[in-house]
Amino acid sequence: MLELESLCKRLSLFTIADLNLRLNQGEYFVLLGPSGVGKTVLIEMVAGFMAPDAGRILCEGQDITTSPPEARDFAVVYQDYALFPHLTVAANIAYGLRARGVKSKQSVGRVRALAEKLNIAALLNRHTSALSGGEQQRVALARALAPRPRMLLLDEPLAAVDVGLRARLRHELRRIHQHTGTTFLHVTHDPDDALYLADRIGVMLGGRIRQIATPEELFRAPSDADVAEFLGMRNIMTVDSVRQGVCRAGGVEIHAVFADQSISHMWVKPEEILLSRQPFDSSARNQFRCTVEEWENSGPLLAVRVSSGGLTLTALVTYESFNDLGIDAGTELYCTFKSSAVHCF
Amino acid sequence: MSNVLGEARSYRISWFALIFAVLGSCVLLLIVAPLLALVLSSSFGELSQAAADAEVTQSIRLTLAAALAATLICTLAGVPLSYVLARKKFYGKTALLAIIDLPIIIPHSAAGIALLTVIGRRSLLGSVTGGLMGSAAGIAVAMAFVSVPFLINAARAGFLAVPERLEKAARSLGASSWRVFFTISLPMAWRDILSGMVLMWARGISEFGAVIIIAYHPMTTPVMVFQRFNDYGLAHARSVAVLLIIICVAIFVVVRFLARRPTREAQNA
Repeated sequence: MLELESLCKRLSLFTIADLNLRLNQGEYFVLLGPSGVGKTVLIEMVAGFMAPDAGRILCEGQDITTSPPEARDFAVVYQDYALFPHLTVAANIAYGLRARGVKSKQSVGRVRALAEKLNIAALLNRHTSALSGGEQQRVALARALAPRPRMLLLDEPLAAVDVGLRARLRHELRRIHQHTGTTFLHVTHDPDDALYLADRIGVMLGGRIRQIATPEELFRAPSDADVAEFLGMRNIMTVDSVRQGVCRAGGVEIHAVFADQSISHMWVKPEEILLSRQPFDSSARNQFRCTVEEWENSGPLLAVRVSSGGLTLTALVTYESFNDLGIDAGTELYCTFKSSAVHCF
Repeated sequence: MSNVLGEARSYRISWFALIFAVLGSCVLLLIVAPLLALVLSSSFGELSQAAADAEVTQSIRLTLAAALAATLICTLAGVPLSYVLARKKFYGKTALLAIIDLPIIIPHSAAGIALLTVIGRRSLLGSVTGGLMGSAAGIAVAMAFVSVPFLINAARAGFLAVPERLEKAARSLGASSWRVFFTISLPMAWRDILSGMVLMWARGISEFGAVIIIAYHPMTTPVMVFQRFNDYGLAHARSVAVLLIIICVAIFVVVRFLARRPTREAQNA
């Protein structure tokens, strides 16, 4: 549906280099990456507000690299929703229809139908400044969808709302996407948004798309340690060798459960790691001596960094355990975790 | 104890407030005192006499009309310029902004002389039109020259206050640049543009230096105030001046009232 071919853009803070991307008709594609990586610039280029230095943008096989924004038929939804403050909700939603020459009488029906679908029919005569965050998002979506664009471009539409509302708006977004069947290109820095919403995710780091995969694929098999870390995986270990079901990482033998011999990385959640003064018998296959390097507060818990050989791991412990174990820099402890807690990719 | 401390603190703050209030009052007094004294010193009879004087009313009408014509024409040409100056980045923009402010800083009599070289009888334009000296059109040009920066700067500030994202969202919805300008940018900036127009009009009405060089006749009101003061003395000049001030203040108040920003409550009523 949309194809980006070797897109390049050099800006003062970062460079997008040789970016290739292909979106399928009707899919929900999430471009995931930390802030300042060029996601918004990419949206600006796709929308037509910024010209790429090199490369082509194609839509349904047509080269639109130099088309003006109004000719592309992609509606943008911004983080702050960018509703028109001097117009009513109804006039906001009708804007795109009127711009395409639909007479105001004919647009009324479409506006009402959309408003009903999005549960904002009661707001149609209000001004936008009176709306809550959730209502604003729905109005912005209705406005973007009204002229039936070929694609919706969503620039961090969930970043400005608080956690409780966020989950609800996410749900709404997915429902609306399923309902309309329009192609969505959504950029965000939040892996949770991506996981929940996307049919496919593109992970963008350092001006490049590092991996494109379905959410399941991505979280099961991130392409490298950077992607894994960005997705929230911790204690990422590089596998040096695999022998008879045992991996070596940083000189330490790690037992793990894996089917594929070609794994390159492993990771363990910090809350899965036990620290103890003495070794103990248990079903956990991984237990080895380690030395405390440092610790820091991590909300209601403490994050303790321990090292063993060339391996450094972080474990989460309670304040009580921390005191009982008498943890200090240099303390010798035992580190224990189950082989099933080790994730491999 | 806390009471004593509290008093000591408010005592220090009140010195601060007092000194600032005194300094501020000096400035206000500078503006208000001469105006108030002028209005109070002129009698109603004097004013009605001036208002009945055909020469005076003729001159007031000319002044208001010439300044209005200058304002309307400059609005038509200047609002697009203001938009470009608010939105676009280009080489030489800082220089352009400085050029627009030039009429504010150069002496207005010098501005009048400069204008003569363009619209005077011996200028290129003058050789075609016979020059604009001594005409209402010439007066309007002089007024426009000295007052147009107020319009441009106010309109530019108005466009700057419109978030660019709104325009982008509108274009992505299929609106052309023209449509976005007329349905988003202009409706959101009109209050600032209007207040710029009022400033420009008021500045044009009050212009003396540049106008007197272009046209002693027909006589604008500021020129008439000067001429009556020279020829007949203070009393004759005063009534004309007061009449002009009253008209200007009335216009100012009415337009300010029309362009006031709606409160949140009013918007959602």
